[in-house]
Amino acid sequence: MKAVVVENVIKTYKTKKDVVEALKGVSFSVDKGEIFGIIGPDGAGKTSLFRILTTVLLADSGSASVDGFDVVKDYKQIRHRIGYMPGKFSLYQDLSVQENLEFFATIFDTTIAENYDLVKEIYQQIEPFKDRKAGQLSGGMKQKLALCCALIHKPSVLFLDEPTTGVDAVSRKEFWEMLHKLKLQGITILVSTAYMDEAGLCDRVALIQKGQLLSVDTTKGVISQFKKPLWAVKASEMFRLMNAIKDDPLVESCYPFGQYHHVVFKTGSDNKTHLEQLAKQGNFKDFEVQAIEPDIEDCFMALMKE
Amino acid sequence: MKQFLIFVKKEWLHIWRDRRTLFILIWMPVIQIVLYGFALTNEVKNSNIAILDQSKDEATTVISNEIASSRYFHLVKNLNSYQDIGATFRTGKIRMAVVFPANFRDDLLHGNSAQIQLIADASDPNTANMLTNYANAIINDYPQSINQNQDLPYTIKTQVRMLYNPELKGAYNFVPGVMALVLMLVCTMMTSIAIVKEKEMGTMEVLLVSPLKPFHIIIAKTVPYLLVSVLNITSILLLSVYALDVPIVGSVWLLMSESMLFTITSLSVGILISNFAQTQQTAMFTSMMSLFLPTLLFSGFMFPIENMPIPMQIISNIVPSKWFFIIVKNVMIKGLGFSSVWKETVILIGMTTTLLGISIHKFKIRLT
Repeated sequence: MKAVVVENVIKTYKTKKDVVEALKGVSFSVDKGEIFGIIGPDGAGKTSLFRILTTVLLADSGSASVDGFDVVKDYKQIRHRIGYMPGKFSLYQDLSVQENLEFFATIFDTTIAENYDLVKEIYQQIEPFKDRKAGQLSGGMKQKLALCCALIHKPSVLFLDEPTTGVDAVSRKEFWEMLHKLKLQGITILVSTAYMDEAGLCDRVALIQKGQLLSVDTTKGVISQFKKPLWAVKASEMFRLMNAIKDDPLVESCYPFGQYHHVVFKTGSDNKTHLEQLAKQGNFKDFEVQAIEPDIEDCFMALMKE
Repeated sequence: MKQFLIFVKKEWLHIWRDRRTLFILIWMPVIQIVLYGFALTNEVKNSNIAILDQSKDEATTVISNEIASSRYFHLVKNLNSYQDIGATFRTGKIRMAVVFPANFRDDLLHGNSAQIQLIADASDPNTANMLTNYANAIINDYPQSINQNQDLPYTIKTQVRMLYNPELKGAYNFVPGVMALVLMLVCTMMTSIAIVKEKEMGTMEVLLVSPLKPFHIIIAKTVPYLLVSVLNITSILLLSVYALDVPIVGSVWLLMSESMLFTITSLSVGILISNFAQTQQTAMFTSMMSLFLPTLLFSGFMFPIENMPIPMQIISNIVPSKWFFIIVKNVMIKGLGFSSVWKETVILIGMTTTLLGISIHKFKIRLT
């Protein structure tokens, strides 16, 4: 049995003036015990999807199930067995770390002691601050506490909505290490993020854009769909370089990527020479060009174009 | 049960840690009791009265007619015996009784002087005072009209007796009023804000994705405010007994349990408001508009309901504090027992169950 099954889910929000389609027929499924990433920019529909799966929002049409329970009909069973960490910090800011954890343990009819093994490693990191109010913790600490609270009742499926947004790079890395340890305990984890670099840390990813899934595959699988050669270029005047490359009729796309621009051509013949010529004509100083392997972000850019 | 208790504990911590709000909640009744010490004057018209005429002669008939036809009074009953007076007052139908002794006209014409007794319900001291003054004025018109050719003027002495509140203390009237106001403020406003706060902070989303039943969430959120209210009721009663010299004439336990009932009514209103309000501001203003102002206007605390136009009188019936105000006045000041307030009690219980029922039924198990 799949941990999560989503079939053709549509969700629209009506405002006074217009109708916003947050999810336009999304379908996918998640296996038991995998880390499944939902990757997409802000406003892609990630939070709506999470809310539908955690039974706090109703879809307009389509169906979804978690652990075999229907999100509409059997919402009570689902609420007993999942852990949910919303994108917005949702713990009691005026309660201490310890009190928050105790509260969430008790409302799920368990105790901290009972499932301490599960949260031990994470909790040990925030334990020195256990008497501090949750509102006074740093961003990374807050997320660790929220994760503890979502885990304390040993959920079978864990939903994490953008858990690393607003968290520093070191804490992000630690957070993902924790998720991998939780996976070993057999917990299915659905995690959404706007950071492309986190995609590689998931077993499988779904790329989502404007309420539509672009691709659902392993990270490798997504990258292997990227067939064309990819070039990274660099020069002293990056902005002018970008315009010059974009104006070239043979170029399919060019976008900034860290210190480089990534360039994809429409056809595959001798692109490097073509780029070097273009740099010479435009009089670009310190020009560099090299062939690189695409990563998930390149794939996302390519899929978005389609 | 354990889930419920930890929720109550959590709510209590919210209140306890927000020291400033807690401070206001506890001191507000004290300050209000002191502030409302200023008496309020109201115009009185068409007040219900009863007349006990023991002589039934020409003079008493003229005076009775004068009183009954004035715009201040409305004669509802002619009494037959002195015992009837107390009984009629206890039904709450009349605010004043006029008593003519036997041989009234003979005394006046032959002894040049006669007596009339005015008995007023002084649990509302301003009204009682005004009623007796008006009555006095009307009564004294009569000897003047027959005095014209007399050497020795006829005089009628009025004896005024204030029932329930012989010293005419204004405090007698505003203590019940302040109780209604404070309970309404603490219970309705604070609970609705506390629940809506969970929505605003996003914690409601996490609570929804938990096995907690809506019933548990709602009740657990209200219990701590119930405790604060008990504290408030106690402080108001202590203040009124020891600082304002307003004694609790009736049963303290009856008064306490009726206050608890009204507290629960106010809590249910707060819960209902929180169902619809999305922000703390909305919750606050809805509570203010839907309860605070009606309590001031329609409970009979500041303005006598009898003087309002009929539509307003009908509206006043749906204001819970009106019924509570009547209960507190009857129990605390008049010292009447449960048999005199059972009707109001039943109305409050009915309102509470309806409101709670709607709230739990309408509790949103999902985000909107």
